[in-house]
Amino acid sequence: MKLSRYVLYDILRNKIVIAYTIFLFIISMTLFRMEENSAKAMMSLLNIILLVVPLISMIFATIHYYNSYEFVELMLAQPMSRRRILLSEYTGVALSLVTAFLIGVGVPVIVFSPDTTGLAMLFTGCVLTLVFTSLAFWASLKAKDKARGIGLALLLWFYFSLIYDGLILLILFTFSDYPLEKFTLVLSALNPIDLGRIFIMLKMDVSALMGYTGALYQDFFGSFTGMLFTTGVMLLWTAIPLYSALRTFKRKDM
Amino acid sequence: MISVEHISKRFRKIKALDDVSAQFDRGQVVSLVGPNGSGKTTLIKSVLGMVKPDSGKIFVDDQLINGDPSYRARIGYMPQIGRYPDNMKVGQLFSMMKDIRNSEEDRLDNDLIVKFNLVSIFDKPMRTLSGGTRQKVSAALAFYFQPDILILDEPTAGLDPLSSEILKEKIISEQKRNKLILITSHVLSELDELTTHVMYLQEGKLQFLKNVGTLREETGELKLGKAIARIMKGELTKDWVNELFKVKNKGQ
Repeated sequence: MKLSRYVLYDILRNKIVIAYTIFLFIISMTLFRMEENSAKAMMSLLNIILLVVPLISMIFATIHYYNSYEFVELMLAQPMSRRRILLSEYTGVALSLVTAFLIGVGVPVIVFSPDTTGLAMLFTGCVLTLVFTSLAFWASLKAKDKARGIGLALLLWFYFSLIYDGLILLILFTFSDYPLEKFTLVLSALNPIDLGRIFIMLKMDVSALMGYTGALYQDFFGSFTGMLFTTGVMLLWTAIPLYSALRTFKRKDM
Repeated sequence: MISVEHISKRFRKIKALDDVSAQFDRGQVVSLVGPNGSGKTTLIKSVLGMVKPDSGKIFVDDQLINGDPSYRARIGYMPQIGRYPDNMKVGQLFSMMKDIRNSEEDRLDNDLIVKFNLVSIFDKPMRTLSGGTRQKVSAALAFYFQPDILILDEPTAGLDPLSSEILKEKIISEQKRNKLILITSHVLSELDELTTHVMYLQEGKLQFLKNVGTLREETGELKLGKAIARIMKGELTKDWVNELFKVKNKGQ
């Protein structure tokens, strides 16, 4: 992965990534300083992270892909396989966004809330960055041009952060007479943002307010199996779009 | 060195390449000419493996191009538009390429870096460079690894006359070292002194691939541009001659 080192180095100096780091840092610091109770601050931070991290990862990775089109072309003229080129690009983009997140949110969290909830939050933020960067690469390779690529990326973000929750609510209301606890557990795995949210929320005290379903989730996600389940599902969410993008890239005419 | 056998490529409705076969050898400077959209770039990109032809085979030094990227170590490529990562410095670009190509220091050709005086801008980020300077960087990179085959896409477009002259001299000296150089260009006059062979493509079809000497003899033109123009107008000229004869016949 010699190439990814240079891609990483380039992106870490990118103005947008620097702005993203500063933005996350200011938000986290303000929340922790405003709220007396650090748990409350974590709650607010959680909501912001679940919205902002996927959005920025998606948009930044998509734009980066299109902007480095000519560079990728030049790399294709070198004795390097297509697989290596795309994976290097992915590693470079994903690692720089993870670095931005770890500086922007990681530092304040470690200072103000260095417990399991904090660690769960950092883990989720990093993993969501990997997942949505992978989805962005998928969208950029499937779309014909830049406008459509960014459009598709935005649509995916809308789907995962807004539309999906609406659909779940609809299902829950329609079938409210049936026991749906296990079913919703499966549904949550189909949306990495939801999965991340549940994973963190159950580490917080608020889970006590969620009733029977909350108890069931607590049972599952609190266990080691739950931890493995979350990690595994998130890995799948990273690997599958990336694999599909790679297959398209291998056949693509530049 | 490079042999192209019956390759065809279709982009939706457009036939970019239509059953093109050609053979290029060491010591040749081949000018790929043709109107816009005639398939020049598609042909070059097929050789580089960026475009995958629908049918046909391409061999580079008897190695069939089928996804194994190792053959590209023997090719230096200068793209038409060089865009590099914004924050990467010029020096870093060169060291990155060295890393990628696993090249040893004594095998490198610093000639163009010296002549274009690129060392003075080694610590400048790529985004601050002008289009012409980026072309110089692209050119220096193409020659850097002493490849046996050089593929230059519109090399002199955007270069100032002085740099253009330096590049031309470099191309001539590489040809003398028995390398194969493929150039696309639509400014024919610039290539006059370099070219040994002309390959003319139109609407994806190979019209001819000829030695410059033969071409000059056939057309009676000394200037390459005029000779090609004459062949391009070939059809037209024939009609015109026929018409002329018709009139003469009527007169008799």
